Amino acid sequence: MNNFTYVRATDVAEAVRQGGQAHAKFLGGGTNLVDLMRETLERPSVLVDVTGLSSAITDREDGGMLIGAAAKNTAVAEHRGVRTRYPLLARAILAGASGQIRNMATVGGNLLQRTRCTYFYDDDGSRCNKRGPGQGCDAIDGFNRIHAILGASSSCVATHPSDMCVALAMLDAVVHVTGSQGERTIAFADLHLLPGNHPEVETSLSPGELITAVELPALSFAQRSTYRKVRDRASYAFALVSVAAAMEVDDGVVKGVRVALGGVAAKPWRALRLEAALTGRPANEESFRAAAEAELADAQPLRHNAFKIEVAKRTIVAVLAELAGDRL
Amino acid sequence: MSIKEAAHAVMKKAVQVAPDKWMPGATPDPLIRQKHGLIGTPVSRLDGPQKVSGTARFAAEFPLERMVYAALNYSTIAKGRIRELHTAEAAAAPGVVLVMTHLNAPRMTRVPLFGSNAKAAGGDDLPIMQDERIHWNGEPIAVVLAESQEQADYAKSLIRVAYEAEPSVTTFEVAKASSEQGVFQGEPLLLEIGDAEAALAAAPHKVDVVYRTPRHNHNPIELHGATVAWDGDELIVHDASQCVTHTAWSLAQVFDIEEEQVHVTSPYVGGGFGSKTLWQYQVLAAAASRLAGRPVRIVLSREGVYRIVGGRTLTEQRVAIGAQADGRFDALIQTGVVGMGRHNNMPEPFMLPAKSAYKSGTFRLQVEAARMDMVGNTFMRAPGEAVGTFALESALDELAVNLGMDPIELRIRNEPDKDPTSGVPFSSRHIVEAYVAGAERFGWNQRNPKPGARREGEWLVGLGCATATYPYYRMPGGVARITLTNRGRATVSIAAHEMGMGTATTQTMVTADRLGLALQCVTVEYGDSHLPGVVLAGGSQQTASIGAAVTAAHDALITELLKLAGKESVLSGLDSEDVIGRDGYLCDIHKPDRRESYVSLMARIGREQITVEGTAPPPLEFTHWSMHSHGAMFCEARVSGVTGETRVTRFLGSFDCGRILNPKTAASQFRGGIVMGLGLALMEETQFDERKGRIMNPSLAEYHVPVQMDVPEIDLIWTDIPDPHAPMGAHGVGEIGITGVGAAVANAVYNATGTRVRDLPITLDKML
Repeated sequence: MNNFTYVRATDVAEAVRQGGQAHAKFLGGGTNLVDLMRETLERPSVLVDVTGLSSAITDREDGGMLIGAAAKNTAVAEHRGVRTRYPLLARAILAGASGQIRNMATVGGNLLQRTRCTYFYDDDGSRCNKRGPGQGCDAIDGFNRIHAILGASSSCVATHPSDMCVALAMLDAVVHVTGSQGERTIAFADLHLLPGNHPEVETSLSPGELITAVELPALSFAQRSTYRKVRDRASYAFALVSVAAAMEVDDGVVKGVRVALGGVAAKPWRALRLEAALTGRPANEESFRAAAEAELADAQPLRHNAFKIEVAKRTIVAVLAELAGDRL
Repeated sequence: MSIKEAAHAVMKKAVQVAPDKWMPGATPDPLIRQKHGLIGTPVSRLDGPQKVSGTARFAAEFPLERMVYAALNYSTIAKGRIRELHTAEAAAAPGVVLVMTHLNAPRMTRVPLFGSNAKAAGGDDLPIMQDERIHWNGEPIAVVLAESQEQADYAKSLIRVAYEAEPSVTTFEVAKASSEQGVFQGEPLLLEIGDAEAALAAAPHKVDVVYRTPRHNHNPIELHGATVAWDGDELIVHDASQCVTHTAWSLAQVFDIEEEQVHVTSPYVGGGFGSKTLWQYQVLAAAASRLAGRPVRIVLSREGVYRIVGGRTLTEQRVAIGAQADGRFDALIQTGVVGMGRHNNMPEPFMLPAKSAYKSGTFRLQVEAARMDMVGNTFMRAPGEAVGTFALESALDELAVNLGMDPIELRIRNEPDKDPTSGVPFSSRHIVEAYVAGAERFGWNQRNPKPGARREGEWLVGLGCATATYPYYRMPGGVARITLTNRGRATVSIAAHEMGMGTATTQTMVTADRLGLALQCVTVEYGDSHLPGVVLAGGSQQTASIGAAVTAAHDALITELLKLAGKESVLSGLDSEDVIGRDGYLCDIHKPDRRESYVSLMARIGREQITVEGTAPPPLEFTHWSMHSHGAMFCEARVSGVTGETRVTRFLGSFDCGRILNPKTAASQFRGGIVMGLGLALMEETQFDERKGRIMNPSLAEYHVPVQMDVPEIDLIWTDIPDPHAPMGAHGVGEIGITGVGAAVANAVYNATGTRVRDLPITLDKML
């Protein structure tokens, strides 16, 4: 870990001002950033602690909710309104990490956590285009069991590790940010970027821009939603595949459906093709399977992760069947 | 020298002395018969309060004046040489005291390789930072000492290296092409009885399949670490060690000083499992300390443990069994190849269980080693047995399926009445009892032999079982000292180890019972190379080794006390074997009322204290008997029909390990072994990238071991039948718990789904 300056921001304006310095980083719970600093993968010169900024979870007049970026993961998962109106979000958070980590980790930090690709972590021993642009990628022909099957490029096959973000992608959350140019909002689907030729650029945030809140829009059928995580051990493991889904069924027909996948791409993967293929179709396993097939049609397996394609399909079908429940 | 060679070497001498308690025809240890006292009762660990309150001082918690902190830099190529090494920036970084590389490291002798001498402790015998050569991907190339750990860690990241790589062998398939006969403990891992291939070919029923197990890395909760200091030519090492005497002697060779000039302490160890021996970090810390003239604390990062401490190597095992329709074996074949480093000798001896597990008309057992450019692989809880039983016991299950026979019945039909390959009798073997009791308790009769027959929701449920087995060992070198005071207190001193198993507690109980003193009147000193004895905490042999040494010291004490007691004593005229201790008295074994208290005797002879030393007799018992611990493992596994995820929901271990000295600490050993076995079965796997010979998941985040939710309630029972030919009638129980677990899980998964996984770990992708 390098020497750095630590400042604690008392308001957004000061945070943005401090965060505008060269090599500054915003510090939330530190559950990922501090680890990366210990590994010398991150070497910030200034850490701007933003945990003192808004952590409020409030209802909005339009029926949605607004979650301050400094809210702890545990606080969000325990929040009564979240649990009743967006149960999948609570489930997604509780599926990740451990109690201790969730007590520290913030919503803003969760959005910006970095990949668990082992070649990314191997600072001096492996090539990584995300860590060192232009180096090459040792994961593509290496151990890639945990890597991407969708949206990857010849530069990078890393996945985004967050559970919470999969739920947020499904919910069409809106990210509120403030930078030196002022405030703006970013649709969740536009926050994380696919690698293309520049895997080192992971989000659409401008340098120094601070996430201040995450807005959950109202979704009439969000109450009938869930999150299922498939992993190598029962707890404390990143998703090989995860599925966040909500579905509204009327008279045996899918009236509305939202699905997002985790563990399959460099960003939480909103399954728009699946949603389009399934809407208006009978709520049965046959249509679920067909829709899942449509979503995964372009999946590109690597040497060790072809299983993810089938696991994703099966899990989608199982989750949708569960949500359809007795309406099947 | 192998254990057997050592045993034979002293055989001649041994027969000249009176037969000891572990020889044929001798009187067994009186503690076996004793029905009072603490043995067999659950005693909480004596060091529990210190550990829970954080006052137990571990190796990296000894504060020393002017101490500096070490960080290591590791190579990123498997073989070649350092072409350029830039350390100026690191040396100039804040707080840095020293940057040591091959350019300025002191000249040192190679560490003697474990097994090359009775006290050798080295995981390999490579020169350490003596030249620019690189021997494996992860080899230390620089040590940074700084005033704080953070400064050392940062400075080390500033070191720039350029390598000149040379062709290396990091691919198992390539290495296999030139594999060599494995030699373990001085003996080739090769056993042939009859023509097994011909018998297999002729047998009406057979299995003939290949099983694979991956590399595993050590993950004790306490990272490897040491605090070292020089006082002139004297070296003090506060280490986390399972071999303090071995380490002291070996470091003396490295630095060319006398053995007595090295003092290794290890009062507490946070888990060893075979890994807490002598690796490069202690040597580098001592060398850097000498160079800097400052005490050094070194704690490996978790990555560091993966880079420089060897783990369990990978295996590829063919198991073939030829059987008659009634299940009797005509042929038992277990052969294969394991990966091995170039500068160590640990051909994972997976064939050992098959030497004594089953009767068979013919045998062919062999382990070959394929040398690779990698960190020296080493011992890891039940080396050989843990992975050997996975293959053997899976094959048994496959044969049972072929025969349409219950797998327990198949095992019982091949139960030998004497060791099937050596012909000597078993000292104690009650595995059938363990199976019967386990099957009854687990509800084995509820099992549907048809795979896939039981479904609960999306989950397929199956039951499986497997045999656990681990040999009884006792190595030469056991010496103990007993000091008895005039207040009736005793201290036993022996250079043994407490790594969390409960050894200190159990041996205090045993000594208290042997002397006839209350638990609080007995202290066991251990974990210090200046204490007597050469006692490795390995091979589950420590219990027997300490037991035999304390028995010898106890005999010496009684003899001395009787001599000093003189004619006035009520005990006058009795021999040491006629006298036992009980309730603070020495008593006539045949007439316990004839007695004198220790306090009275010491007062009468006017001594404040008496100190004696006893040497354990040579370990000849296992040349007369085939000595093993046994167990029957039962598993209930659930496999998701959707995702292929496997979860173990019930587990029972039914053990036959001689007399259980302390049910509480023994149960923890059994349970811990089973938990580790669940990891072996379901998730543990080192990702060794064969392109560069580099370990890619050196972290507990990506190298999976079981977490709470992976571990069901584990039920444990045991026969508690003493082995009359072992000290206290007891066997060590540190390793048997992991054996058989892999196969029990795999067999349960087969019963649940009909899918036979022969390639560990059983991850969900193999279940789709």
